[in-house]
Amino acid sequence: MATELHIGFVPLVDCAAVVVAKHLGFAEAEGLTLTLHKQPSWSALRDGVALGGLDAAHMLSPLPVAMSLGLGGLPTRVDALMVMSVNGDVIGVSNAIARKMRADGWPASFRDPRGTGEHLIRATDRRLRIGVPFPFSMHAELVFHWLGALGLKTPGELDVRIVPPPHMADAIAADEIDAFCVGEPWGSIAVEQGVGELVLPCSAIWSFSPEKVLGARHDWIEENPDIVRGLMRAIFGACKWLGAEENRLVASELLSRSDYVNVPATVIDRALSGRLVTRKRALGQTTERFLNFHASAATFPWRSQAAWIASNIAARIGLDRSDAMRTAKACFRSDLYRENLDGLGLDMPGASEKIEGALAHPTAVASSKGSIILGPDAFFDGTIFDPSETT
Amino acid sequence: MDMLVAHPKPPRRSGMASRLKILVVEPDESRARMIIDGLAETGDPDITVLGGPTGLARRMTEIEPDVVLIAMSDPSRDTLEALSVASGFNDRPVAMFVDRSDDSTTRAAIEAGVSAYVVDGLAKDRIRPVLDAAITRFNMFKKLRNELAAAKVALAERKTIERAKGLLMTAKGISEDDAYAMLRKTAMDQGRKVSEVAEALVTASDLLR
Repeated sequence: MATELHIGFVPLVDCAAVVVAKHLGFAEAEGLTLTLHKQPSWSALRDGVALGGLDAAHMLSPLPVAMSLGLGGLPTRVDALMVMSVNGDVIGVSNAIARKMRADGWPASFRDPRGTGEHLIRATDRRLRIGVPFPFSMHAELVFHWLGALGLKTPGELDVRIVPPPHMADAIAADEIDAFCVGEPWGSIAVEQGVGELVLPCSAIWSFSPEKVLGARHDWIEENPDIVRGLMRAIFGACKWLGAEENRLVASELLSRSDYVNVPATVIDRALSGRLVTRKRALGQTTERFLNFHASAATFPWRSQAAWIASNIAARIGLDRSDAMRTAKACFRSDLYRENLDGLGLDMPGASEKIEGALAHPTAVASSKGSIILGPDAFFDGTIFDPSETT
Repeated sequence: MDMLVAHPKPPRRSGMASRLKILVVEPDESRARMIIDGLAETGDPDITVLGGPTGLARRMTEIEPDVVLIAMSDPSRDTLEALSVASGFNDRPVAMFVDRSDDSTTRAAIEAGVSAYVVDGLAKDRIRPVLDAAITRFNMFKKLRNELAAAKVALAERKTIERAKGLLMTAKGISEDDAYAMLRKTAMDQGRKVSEVAEALVTASDLLR
């Protein structure tokens, strides 16, 4: 008798792992049946996990950190069992802002974080209104890091608006925001609707940002070790499958269903192939590692990634940085990753923390089988984050 | 900066005297009306209705509501959520109301699909009647919606059965009563509903036409 698990997700291309695990036999192989629940908002997903209606969920990577730090509604100890996707967000601007940027000499390059950011900052006299999906999101962190490094005093000099991903195009069409940072396909949808233009893939800000994690309540994880093991193995299998180029088209068809993202497969395929159309009727632009499910140990929950998130949140809202980093590290479960995925033939990194931002190129590092290729994980401005400096 | 937290503030009001200010975020007009009626019975609250997320932040500042009611399924909740962790909303942080000492109310609210965001420091005994009224109205609305949907289905089934009877009467030259008896007997023999047999007959005849 298969165990039924209730899994929450928000309609985005990066929810692919839970959909693939359900439909292509990965959950079944572990004796699990996944019932997927599409959530109207990240708050609703958070409530479902906190109150027990959902066993686990596709989560913004900062969400378990924030919840475990007691921030936002329904503080609950939530862990990230593994990373489900790396990168995949995109920055877009309204047509009006794009026009101003061009008039100011912006060459419309899609891979110039510095130049594009400087033009964007100059494009408006008042505070730039930028839409992100949730206060605790990689989107918010990347926007603050990017514009902060270019001299903007974040968050004070920004007007950050919270807009659920499927509503981003509407918000920019209604002139409620000047720009957005959102996960696909919702940036491409703004392009399709002719209301905005994509200006930068977020992988150009940080080349290895943990975007979504598999999150669940800490207590539930402790009480159900076998189920957790099966679920992690199923999701890992799905991520590995998604990492294979030949599976791309099946994945975009599956995700395009109305139960899931409910957007044409050709639009979903842009994110999966890394070939984004930045303006209506323009040609696609290829971005390396735009969205990564598997390569470079993508699914490994690095405790240093959690520390980076916590360090930023702590600085912004005035928490003790060391305490916050310690709590965050404990909720990225690299221990369970090693334990539960053992025997699947994968190569485990030797360490559970790394210096974030140190790898400008793919680099071989020590692993359980000798060496593993990691990175690149550099920040555009050369930031080096040492997760151990204060602990 | 319109996000991120949250200095615990002492309650600004002692509670009793002032009229409770309630903001209802609800795009569905009939549900909004129903909620207002329900809330009016809890005393004399000052109620404002907002149809969508547009201007939510601004209205929050203008109105300074004590309670915000919003459907669990409303995507605007994320916007509200951000306000709830924001500083600077007239020093009045709001947070989603979850009474962990009273799980049944919380569960009833979730089942009814309503969430309440409550200003810091508002006494529980002032929240409860509002939340109870909202839960009742949300449930009432859901029941009405379900009944309406059921009535629509029944009407559609009736139409299909009428068409199937007509087809049988023409094809076999039998009376209306006999046609219905035939549908019913077939349904009983096959362990199906009369409407399903009728549906199958209508579909088949459309295909053969």
